[in-house]
Amino acid sequence: MSGPVFIAGLGIITCIGNNLSTNLQSLDEGKSGIGKMQWLQSIHQGDLPVGEVKCSNAELAAAAGLSPKLPRTALLSALAAQEALLDAGWDKTSVLRTGFISANTVGGMDKTEKFFELFSKDPAAGKLADVVYHECGAVTGLVAAHLGIRHFMSTVSTACSSSANAIFTGDRMIRAGLLDFALVGGADALTRFTLNGFNTLMILDKELCRPFDENRQGLNLGEGGAYLLLASEKGLKQLNKKPYACVSGYANANDAFHQTASSPEGTGSFLAMKGALDKAGKQPSDMDYINLHGTGTLNNDIAEGTAISRLFGPAYPKMSSTKAYTGHTLGASGAVEAVYSVLAIQHGLIFPNLRLLTPMKEFPFRPVTIHLRNQRVQHVMSNSFGFGGNCTSLIFSAT
Amino acid sequence: MDNLCKLGFLAAEVLLQGTGHEKKYDETKTGLVLCNANASLDVDLKYAKTIQTGASPALFVYTLPNIVIGEISIRHRFKGENAFFVFRQFDGNFITEYVNGLFENKLIKSCICGWVDILKEDYRALLFLVEKGNPENGTAFTAENLNQLNQLENG
Amino acid sequence: MDNLKEQLKEQIIERLNLKDLKPADIGDDQALFVEGIGLDSIDALELIVLLQQEYNIKLSNAEDGPRVFHSVRTMADYITANNAPAKVST
Repeated sequence: MSGPVFIAGLGIITCIGNNLSTNLQSLDEGKSGIGKMQWLQSIHQGDLPVGEVKCSNAELAAAAGLSPKLPRTALLSALAAQEALLDAGWDKTSVLRTGFISANTVGGMDKTEKFFELFSKDPAAGKLADVVYHECGAVTGLVAAHLGIRHFMSTVSTACSSSANAIFTGDRMIRAGLLDFALVGGADALTRFTLNGFNTLMILDKELCRPFDENRQGLNLGEGGAYLLLASEKGLKQLNKKPYACVSGYANANDAFHQTASSPEGTGSFLAMKGALDKAGKQPSDMDYINLHGTGTLNNDIAEGTAISRLFGPAYPKMSSTKAYTGHTLGASGAVEAVYSVLAIQHGLIFPNLRLLTPMKEFPFRPVTIHLRNQRVQHVMSNSFGFGGNCTSLIFSAT
Repeated sequence: MDNLCKLGFLAAEVLLQGTGHEKKYDETKTGLVLCNANASLDVDLKYAKTIQTGASPALFVYTLPNIVIGEISIRHRFKGENAFFVFRQFDGNFITEYVNGLFENKLIKSCICGWVDILKEDYRALLFLVEKGNPENGTAFTAENLNQLNQLENG
Repeated sequence: MDNLKEQLKEQIIERLNLKDLKPADIGDDQALFVEGIGLDSIDALELIVLLQQEYNIKLSNAEDGPRVFHSVRTMADYITANNAPAKVST
């Protein structure tokens, strides 16, 4: 068995839209969803902009057909996963083998931190039922059960590259003949745990983030969920639909430099991007668009930019960071940006890098700052670089 | 480092001691594939306690299970493929399938894989160094052997 | 000022979990980062939290870090200069 592995369904929920069509519309209209905190209760409500999904837990739960008492991460995951399956026309009664490979970093933390507040004052306070789904894998299990996926499931937790890693793990399992369908992606909800942690690392921007801008000040945190239904040729035949694109290349490498910062030369980024091109059997010049990791931190953008200079120079493809729209959705970001990359191929669109006023002085290239339409987008590279030096690059190609 | 990182770091030291690993393999060709059941829960609890009075950056950094891979990579300069999976229990089938795939696709020439887990007083590290070679010099890398070794070590 | 430096040494050891060190092991002018005590960038972030919690001083620009945290003496000077009444325990 081996490739190709097709992308047959997409599902997504972020601060710029609750489904695929509204996400596409916001991208097309240049509408970012980052702003003042509305749902998360935090001491930083006034000073840190975030990319919140514009729904309460009750609204998410009603839409998903789940209990509103469940963790927000599970609700976001379920909604995006359901959309992908529906979009593909997947049938849970099919005899073909389906796996669920889902990423998250925060698990049920939004419920746990509320429980902890009560519990730390009084050991008898707080409801244990609220922390049953705390663990990352428990969230995956609950969503798999809800979707009716029984054959295989796993949870990837490698920080910001988690869902990108979930995507290529699914691809590998299909190529190895272990699965016919793989529902791959991830979700993460905003929590005080994460917000306070990133704040203490001093990498958050108090204003709206400006990826790849000379005067960038850091990232904005976001939340969301996104999934792709990958299918083997056999699986695609059963669905009887035209695929969006295929997964043509990927690679993962470790930067081996620091727990939370990238090496100045972008070693891990370089190895991941080069490895993905090698796997796809493509040259740098074959790439029509790079969806950058582009968080807006001083460190990431220079490291990623340096790696891009080394690999692509002197002829650079068009590129942009869509984190200017959604914020950094952490465990969901690899999948969110994979969905956007596939939309770029499907619609011939290149999305602008919002709020870029002054290009970085270190590089002879700059991301795209206007909407480009009717483009020939055949091959897209999507980067996701995570804490722990975990660097992944994915390549999607038109079929 | 938090306790999960210390556990993984030490286990990797013991695993590699006397093997001459750094002389045999290029740093971009060693893979790291680790799993556990508790992710980073041990340090998550410690970090959560600090949020009220002033979140601790030194603890927050470790609230991701794959940072242990980062620490091992920094120590040994490993730059190959790395992955961290969360499973309810040790799964020899998954580990062998995944790692064999990496070898077959010529992505790696050696691999450190296994289970590293800790929660308060309960800890367990079971690591394997996998290389291509003569099975007489070691144990064959199969799901059965891995699962058996896991049972043995479990006591 | 001497009391402040002593107190700082104790606080640094406690917050950064430097189990093998006693205050007498840290010289007033000894470099805290890279050489000397050998602290790293994450320890620097912890010291920023220490300034905030114990001395009510907010170091909002991380780039001032290397200068302020160079040694115990530079930290003590910074605290005194920022007029925060040093909470010296008696």
